Amino acid sequence: MAEEMRIVLRNYGKIDPLEINDYIALDGYKALEKAKAMEQALLIADVKKANLRGRGGAGFNCGQKWSFAYQAQADQKYVICNADEGEPGTYKDRLIMENDPHTLIEGMAICAYAIGATKGYIYLRGEYPFLVSTLNAAIEQASKKGFLDKFSIEVRSGAGAYVCGEETALIESIEGKRGEPRFKPPYPPAEGLWGKPTIVNNVETFANIPVIVDKGGEWYASIGAPSYPGTKVFTLTGDINNRTFFEVPTNTTIYELIYKFGGGIPAGKKFKAVQIGGTSGAFIPTELLKTPVAFDAMSEIGATTGSGAVLVLDETRDIVDVVTRIAGFFEHESCGKCAPCREGTARTHELMHKLNEGFGSSEDLELLDRLGRVMSISCLCGLGQAAPAPVLSTIKHFNADYYAKLV
Amino acid sequence: MINLNIDGINVSVPKGSTILQAAKEVGINVPTLCYHPDQSVKANCRVCVCEVEGYGLLQAACSTPAAEGMLVKTRTPKVIEARKTILELILANHPQDCLNCARNLNCELQTLAEEYFIRDIPFELRTRGYEKDISTFSIVRDPDKCILCNRCIEVCSVTQSVYALGTENRGHNAIVVPTMGKSLLDSPCVMCGQCIHACPVGAITEYEQLDEFFAALNDPNQVVVTQIAPAVRVAIAEEIGMRSGELPMDVFVAGLRQVGFDYVLHTNFTADLTIMEEGHELLDRLNNNGTLPMVTSCSPGWINFCETFYPDLLDNLSTCKSPQQMFGSLAKTYWAEKMDIDPASIYSVSIMPCTAKKYEASRPEMQDSGYQDVDLVLTTREIGRLFRMSGINFKKLAGANFDSWMGAYTGAGVIFGATGGVMEAALRTVYEVVTETELEDVNFTAVRGMEGIKEAEVDLNGTVVKVAVAHGLSNARQMMEEVKAGESPYHFIEVMACPGGCIGGGGQPITKTNADREVRIEAIYVEDENCEIRKSHDNPEVKTIYEEFLIKPLGDKSHDLLHTHYKAKNKKYL
Amino acid sequence: MDYKAIIAKYRDTTGGILEAFNAVQKELSYLPEEVIAEAARIFNIPAAEAYGVATFYSMYSVEARGKNVIRICESAPCHIAGADEVIAALERELGILMGESTVDGLFALEFTECVGQCQATPVITINGEPFFDVTAAKVPGILAKFQK
Repeated sequence: MAEEMRIVLRNYGKIDPLEINDYIALDGYKALEKAKAMEQALLIADVKKANLRGRGGAGFNCGQKWSFAYQAQADQKYVICNADEGEPGTYKDRLIMENDPHTLIEGMAICAYAIGATKGYIYLRGEYPFLVSTLNAAIEQASKKGFLDKFSIEVRSGAGAYVCGEETALIESIEGKRGEPRFKPPYPPAEGLWGKPTIVNNVETFANIPVIVDKGGEWYASIGAPSYPGTKVFTLTGDINNRTFFEVPTNTTIYELIYKFGGGIPAGKKFKAVQIGGTSGAFIPTELLKTPVAFDAMSEIGATTGSGAVLVLDETRDIVDVVTRIAGFFEHESCGKCAPCREGTARTHELMHKLNEGFGSSEDLELLDRLGRVMSISCLCGLGQAAPAPVLSTIKHFNADYYAKLV
Repeated sequence: MINLNIDGINVSVPKGSTILQAAKEVGINVPTLCYHPDQSVKANCRVCVCEVEGYGLLQAACSTPAAEGMLVKTRTPKVIEARKTILELILANHPQDCLNCARNLNCELQTLAEEYFIRDIPFELRTRGYEKDISTFSIVRDPDKCILCNRCIEVCSVTQSVYALGTENRGHNAIVVPTMGKSLLDSPCVMCGQCIHACPVGAITEYEQLDEFFAALNDPNQVVVTQIAPAVRVAIAEEIGMRSGELPMDVFVAGLRQVGFDYVLHTNFTADLTIMEEGHELLDRLNNNGTLPMVTSCSPGWINFCETFYPDLLDNLSTCKSPQQMFGSLAKTYWAEKMDIDPASIYSVSIMPCTAKKYEASRPEMQDSGYQDVDLVLTTREIGRLFRMSGINFKKLAGANFDSWMGAYTGAGVIFGATGGVMEAALRTVYEVVTETELEDVNFTAVRGMEGIKEAEVDLNGTVVKVAVAHGLSNARQMMEEVKAGESPYHFIEVMACPGGCIGGGGQPITKTNADREVRIEAIYVEDENCEIRKSHDNPEVKTIYEEFLIKPLGDKSHDLLHTHYKAKNKKYL
Repeated sequence: MDYKAIIAKYRDTTGGILEAFNAVQKELSYLPEEVIAEAARIFNIPAAEAYGVATFYSMYSVEARGKNVIRICESAPCHIAGADEVIAALERELGILMGESTVDGLFALEFTECVGQCQATPVITINGEPFFDVTAAKVPGILAKFQK
């Protein structure tokens, strides 16, 4: 059985987040020094070797992403930390920023050195206004200590838009615009903020970097599932005894997450379903609980690791009702730029509402399924592509729940 | 070159080409809706999605670059299902009133619905319940029909730099709105109507006034007089199933008589007159330290723009009224007198390529004849509708002549319809007036064509006059920024609000691309070449009006009837 | 309130219109037209675009609303933890419905999506400050803090 293993949360509860010396005392900023002594290409090669894959949800190889931005020729490059943690049920980035802001700053500084960027941004979701001062204080301390001599970091706040977690929408938002995603390619490492090469990485991704640089890519690659190594922070919500967070190696199974770390279902009730990766994740039934939480294993069962949110539903829950609420979420959060998402999220919600109220027919269910399939392959960005996952996965795995509500 | 395979056909395209462009090379038309060949790629309608081997997701053909070895399939069942579903989604939130829509049979969404044989829309039909915005009485917005392609926003912002439109709200509540969500009249809108051409559907149209025309026609006490703007003839053919320029002028005139106009006169006449007045105004400014550069004032969209964005530079505008308004004030004075018709009974209708002309005619300062100078403005499209409903077969119609005294015109008047035309016409006259020698070649080709800003120099007896021509308001803005900074090298600037000039006006047949505009421009210059007289000062009726009525350019009568001043618009939000 | 001075502070922040809007809203709880127009001027963008930004983000309001903005999370974890009961309690206590403001201008009641405090569902925020494990019984006590 897997044990908890803390890499990104290594300093959680051990330091005063507003005291840089606490961080330094636990070997903080040593990795930055080590990185700066390395050639940029070799540093990136080591991150690539670690096979650290983006922890925001897309799972792209971090070192590879960096190498694109490193190779791009430009007078200015940017490093952006995506702290727009908006997946419902997720608060892992807040934990890192609240408890150990310096690990994030150190990770960003290493990235900046690696790709040759002098300017960085932390795009903080508008729902975390209380973290602005924490982050600014940490930036100032790091800067005073000389760790940010060739790299400045600015904190920018969002204002309530889930879609800004999508990297190009986030970039638009930093540019002071509506947070509407751009079409890709071009990808941000080639053309990002203000048209310049830009790395956008998640808070958890950056928090891994100092440890990887410190202990080496090979060490990191050996942890957890080989294709998606390292650890992942999971936040457990819903019908679970331990409504809290855990950082575990990526070969941990869903079953272990729920029954070992989560302590099982409260009040002696039976498990019904779990949604992993946030509100855009698939719902997983009992028979698939042995799946490891790593990206590719999850992909194989049509699910995602996503942000690491784990929403557990017990046998008493009305899954059609929960998915109806989720459909409402996507209708509210669609940016409205592309037609299939703008119209499709609203229609999905409309059809789910109809089914949930007991007025739906089997034709409605078929239409919902077709709509979901089309959205998942034709929407402009990840929001619209992922939005149907809860619907499609529940129609697949919990068909009886839908049929019970048909007219 | 990039080599790829589309639907089994190998194709090589230059680097940077998209799948859409590559497909076109091999004769495959991928359907599009938000795509516009003269605009930036938007990729927001997703109708052009295709399968690309190696990708789980469908790829938008308009935005995806062709890559070496790419295998593209544009019409698999998966692709067709996606496109049909997307069209159904859009249509389910679009009014089902194609039959009584101004864009019926000329709508990109309707065409796609037909091509993809959309029959039953499985989603509940809804409309958003927005009210139509008729505040400008020139342009009408019907937000319920908007499909959020954003083409209107781009043309208004990038091409015209007016920035009157933006997006309000997000997701399913997102909608294109004028500034601050207010009416178009409250926004900086200049009523150029370029958004009408950009719109793939019927969400933006002109303010239609054919009913008012019929009321006047049926009134036995009214004499209905019309003027035709220079750019109308080349384009009207497109409204009646012909190619640009294919309808001869005399047949057009005959058609107008058939539908009931009592007198058919020509704005080209006052275009020639404008040249006389404006040419002399330029010389006056050059000789007497007047405000320079002088900027043309024929284009009402441009006037609105200048009043809105450059109120401090209104003195640079020529005081000449536009040819439409010169015609208006003369029709109810000079012409009425000459024809012995009571001006109170004259109902003056102008046929214009323009939506801003509707607004211009209603300006309070345009009543110098003692009446509203122009009673009604109909666009080329409205005349097209009138012709179609009248059932005229133009192929069998014998030609007819313009009526007298304000019907004669020259090639110089004709070219007013194209960008650079006013400048060229002015140069033809100014040169001969100043140098008193005949031009060997009347063609000033440097000021012609679709280049955004064109310039030329003319030697007038040792004085070198520098001129520039801008069309499209972002080009005009560039000119005016130079003027504002005191850095403009020019003496005389022609500005037309619409790309291509009036042939691309907001009232013209729906004009999708700049290529369409170029076809019309060509037709304009052919007409100019075919004119016996090609210089405004040689127009016999212009000579007559100066002999009998106006006496001289810039004289007292001209001052009263043909010139005006404009004032700042003071829009609250820009 | 001197909104011009607040906006002016962000003059040199490239693309900083969100920062300016956030700062104004902290004082005013919404974005009046003149604020949007002033921000457009300072950041040198068309008013139509600034208005587009002001209406895109869910935390902004272009309509006047109550001073203390109460937002109730209705995302799935809060939904299944009983957010509906909290909503009913807030509506009852304030005498208004979701989306409305109290007549005394003290409170505005809005939905929000996840606020990232899912260890303690259901969650509400008031002016950005989160309140945890909210129950109908806790509502009067929480509101009392802001009723002065």
